Amino acid sequence: MLIPHPLLGLRDAQEFTYLGDASLMDRPDPTLDNAETAFCDYVFMRDNPAGVHRELWFHEQGDRSWLVVTRNTITHEILGAELAKDLKLNRKDAQ
Amino acid sequence: MKFSGFRVVKEALTGHKGWGALWRNPEPKPDYDIVIIGGGGHGLATAFYLAKTFGKARVAVLEKGWLGSGNIGRNTTIIRSNYLLPGNEPFYEFSMKLWENLEQETNFNSMVSQRGIINLFHTDGQRDAFRRRGNAMMLAGADARLLDQSELRKMAPFLNFDNARFPIKGGLMQSRAGTARHDGVVWGYARGADMRGVDIIQNCEVTGFRIENGAVKGVETSRGYIGAGKVGVAVAGNSSRVMAKAGMRLPMESHVLQAFVSEGLKPTIPGVITFGAGHFYVSQSDKGGLVFGGDIDGYNSYAQRGNLPVVEDVLEGGMALMPMIGRGRLLRSWGGVMDMSMDGSPIIDRTDIEGLYFNGGWCYGGFKAAPASGYAFAHLLATDRPHETASAYRFDRFARGHIIDEKGVGAQPNLH
Repeated sequence: MLIPHPLLGLRDAQEFTYLGDASLMDRPDPTLDNAETAFCDYVFMRDNPAGVHRELWFHEQGDRSWLVVTRNTITHEILGAELAKDLKLNRKDAQ
Repeated sequence: MKFSGFRVVKEALTGHKGWGALWRNPEPKPDYDIVIIGGGGHGLATAFYLAKTFGKARVAVLEKGWLGSGNIGRNTTIIRSNYLLPGNEPFYEFSMKLWENLEQETNFNSMVSQRGIINLFHTDGQRDAFRRRGNAMMLAGADARLLDQSELRKMAPFLNFDNARFPIKGGLMQSRAGTARHDGVVWGYARGADMRGVDIIQNCEVTGFRIENGAVKGVETSRGYIGAGKVGVAVAGNSSRVMAKAGMRLPMESHVLQAFVSEGLKPTIPGVITFGAGHFYVSQSDKGGLVFGGDIDGYNSYAQRGNLPVVEDVLEGGMALMPMIGRGRLLRSWGGVMDMSMDGSPIIDRTDIEGLYFNGGWCYGGFKAAPASGYAFAHLLATDRPHETASAYRFDRFARGHIIDEKGVGAQPNLH
């Protein structure tokens, strides 16, 4: 698989390590009353869809950036990649 | 139809005209006491033990494709019970005992061959860990033996003992482990269940559950609605997809695992051998092909095929362990989809929906578990209580903190 890195162009997926579902970027608030349940869900539960999946890849043997890659889990087709940092910043700006 | 030596002779003399189909191909009835979703090793074993041991006859097995089209036809056929943790080892040893008696029980040749497994160690630390594992195995009634290098040299002289980076110091052997003929297991269980009245319905995909007031009433399928007193889901690989239809999220990801077979070679590998310094394991089939595998690809996947980097990685492991295989040629490789659970261990449990039961999360160790998994799931479906060897495989173990993590790598499914 080739991952279209937003800064470096097409890079071999072997240069990356895989973490999992991109929702792992959204850590629950530890101060809330239901934090224990929320963290249990956050750590252990996954949607695990068959089809389009947004997921975190770390460019370990490259520029060491975190990417959010959109990929089809049935065909392995990669539909896009964004810097996780940009996504976070955009979300902050929007708030 | 019963198989026996007498029958083989008789059929040989009469032109083999008396062999019939091994199981019927019935139309689904409007309702059953128990519906099992998934006609793989686990689902069929469940139906078999439900009918044989627990006396349940109004049982159906629904399979979306044909029998054995999933992971039971895609594994590397290894059976063993060399686990460490108390939640696991008694269960897998129970499975090993069922394997040892499987052919008598199903009256079908599953070619169970107890040729032994050797887990190699390369360092003093690993020797200690394997000694501990061997002791844990013996405490659960399994057999284990620590081999030193000289003993191992006699058994497997072709190993790269003097590898400068990963010298082989010895191995942990389980003599009762071995291999079985994967298709024979499916067919034996299917035939045994069918003979006892279980309806095996192929090409019947479950499209949804009918749930009323928190209790399951039946399943919607591609061949119409089927009512059910209880529904058991045994669809490892696709567990998240199926359980999502009942509104459940599971503690697992689906990953692709590749397996490989070489061209047929003369008998050379005595049993199953696993590399301790990388992920590679190999055995030799009765046809002569070296059957081997290694790591999962490591990203979520429902494609029953993997990518080249892992092929290279597995073969590099093989070359480091036994350089002689470099002269062989790879014949085929294929992939299967695994339920990779968050602690690397399975789940056999009730759900919050009354009448809906779940069996899955087998990671890449489902084949050897099939008999005990079927037995324990049948026990749960028939009596509503977990089987004594499967009592740790609960949904709530994650919330309770009682995870069963053999490798100790945490909630990272692609590392299990």
